[in-house]
Amino acid sequence: MTKLLPSRRAMMAGAVAAAPFLAGKAFADTAPITLLNVSYDPTRELYKDINTAFAAYWKGKTGQVLDIKQSHGGSGKQARAVIDGLQADVVTLALAGDIDEISERAKLLPANWQSRLPNNSTPYTSTIVFLVRKGNPKAIRDWADLVKPGVGVITPNPKTSGGARWAYLAAFAYGSKQGGAAGGKDYITKLFKNVPVLGAGARDATTTFAQRNIGDVLLSWENEAFLTIDEFGPNFEIVYPSSSILAEPPVALLDKNVDRHKTRTVATGYLNFLYSPAAQELIGKHHYRPRNPAAAAKYASGLKNIPMVTIDQAFGGWKKATATHFAEGALFDQIYKPA
Amino acid sequence: MTAATTASAARPISSVRLPGLAILLVLASAAVMAGLVLLPLFVVFHDAFAKGVGKYLDSIRDPDAISAIKLTLLVASIAVPLNAVFGVAAAWCIAKFEFRGKSALLTLIDLPFSMSPVVSGLVWVLLFGAQGWFGTWLIDHDVKIIFATTGLVLATILVTFPFVARELIPLMQDQGADEESAALTLGAGGFTTFFRITLPNIRWALLYGVLLCNARAMGEFGAVSVVSGHIRGLTTTLPLHVEVLYNDYDFVGAFAAASLLASLGLITLVLKTGLEWRHAGELAANRRH
Repeated sequence: MTKLLPSRRAMMAGAVAAAPFLAGKAFADTAPITLLNVSYDPTRELYKDINTAFAAYWKGKTGQVLDIKQSHGGSGKQARAVIDGLQADVVTLALAGDIDEISERAKLLPANWQSRLPNNSTPYTSTIVFLVRKGNPKAIRDWADLVKPGVGVITPNPKTSGGARWAYLAAFAYGSKQGGAAGGKDYITKLFKNVPVLGAGARDATTTFAQRNIGDVLLSWENEAFLTIDEFGPNFEIVYPSSSILAEPPVALLDKNVDRHKTRTVATGYLNFLYSPAAQELIGKHHYRPRNPAAAAKYASGLKNIPMVTIDQAFGGWKKATATHFAEGALFDQIYKPA
Repeated sequence: MTAATTASAARPISSVRLPGLAILLVLASAAVMAGLVLLPLFVVFHDAFAKGVGKYLDSIRDPDAISAIKLTLLVASIAVPLNAVFGVAAAWCIAKFEFRGKSALLTLIDLPFSMSPVVSGLVWVLLFGAQGWFGTWLIDHDVKIIFATTGLVLATILVTFPFVARELIPLMQDQGADEESAALTLGAGGFTTFFRITLPNIRWALLYGVLLCNARAMGEFGAVSVVSGHIRGLTTTLPLHVEVLYNDYDFVGAFAAASLLASLGLITLVLKTGLEWRHAGELAANRRH
């Protein structure tokens, strides 16, 4: 009797394997298509909402059922994982430089990827602001206050985190406004002396600041700062400095991966959907700055307009900025000595 | 370490008279234990149930949590038996035979103990990652190793490699090859000797090693973090799921998942203590003399 078991099991397996073929095309159409979005750290909540909205939209349009998977982490770390073979269909990272790396090192998409979608492939913008504790006990109003003795500044590691790179560059731009490139270097040297710990990603830094109560000010994505207040209540306040940087987190389709997975149509639809009014509304709701004028106007009241430098004007683009500031042995390595 | 604990646990404590200072030391270490072990354990369960049993059950029944539990069980159920077989083979080979390079083999078996788990994960990325030695071939043939279950299994096997072997080697060395020699001279074959003599002699130590190996396999974080890719509901094991939820500000969910891991630890502890209590003689080599 027991000897019969394996063959019976094999027959069952055979029947299960054959089922899709017997059921024919109708069955094949309902098998969900998997799409993997590899993203940066603070977009967890945003893409959860967008994925739900897009899956419903896509099902209505094509009848296909989607299973959209997410992976989050520091932008640089995520780019590294994709280069090492993480099978992302689309990447939605914190900065163009990280997608350039994927294009250069793994050749998964062409070098001109950024011109393939509107607005330099960035469906929304954001900026870097300060998050301080309730009542702002250290009276932090602007960049100059961050380098005062006794102020603990929390920011993630610019080597692995996109938000930290934007924060670093915003700080450098402030410094160089006072005294050129030397002023910039001088300012960030002093700034990073006040940084007790570098997390791997934006979310790491936020939990260090908000949950573990370390430091006096968090250099944060604007959206992440608002989310922290949503999550932790009124224990924190947002301070807009006198100037910051226009952060443009880009999105891209990885040609080689989507062709291998046969997901080009749905991946293209996904990225185009990010520019649709429905997605732009969600983007505004999660405290990012939408490109769509209607959504931008609707959520404008919460977000302050401050002077912002751009990566292209102030730093000559990501390629140059990376080489000058973040590459092995570049400026950040020279000025940051772990305590 | 195991030998020392079992030895002291087996000694009748009542016959030892403690002077005043020793009592103070015992109290101090008990206080440290309570602070460092019991308190965090309490916090895990307290925070897991902070918003009630309903929320706790919801977090455990969440599809991503279920998938993390299943993945953790799957990885352990592949890694642990393989390492059990390997451990027995290695211990058999080292304890019962003399050959050149034996100490080198011993060192190799111990290597994962002295290596950071991050390295144990990274080696697989360097070998099987898209930019690694075999990366292009694997992609061309659509074989997924890194950022898939296979990679998680490989990383776990490497990290838990020494547990079974380390448990068996001293015991089997101590038992010597006399019984096996006798069996062989009486005409038993290799397999008969192994299954009738060697295996029964080491069964409790083997179980003990498997238990430790399993606890580590399910709890491993560093090595699997490197090869996971952190795809929710697909490549996050239970320890990685805890991190994901914690970073999502879902503290109840994070601690609920952590409480499962803590329960696993407690079950392991109970079984381990039971084994030590019932079969101390067959576990540790030094107790046989």
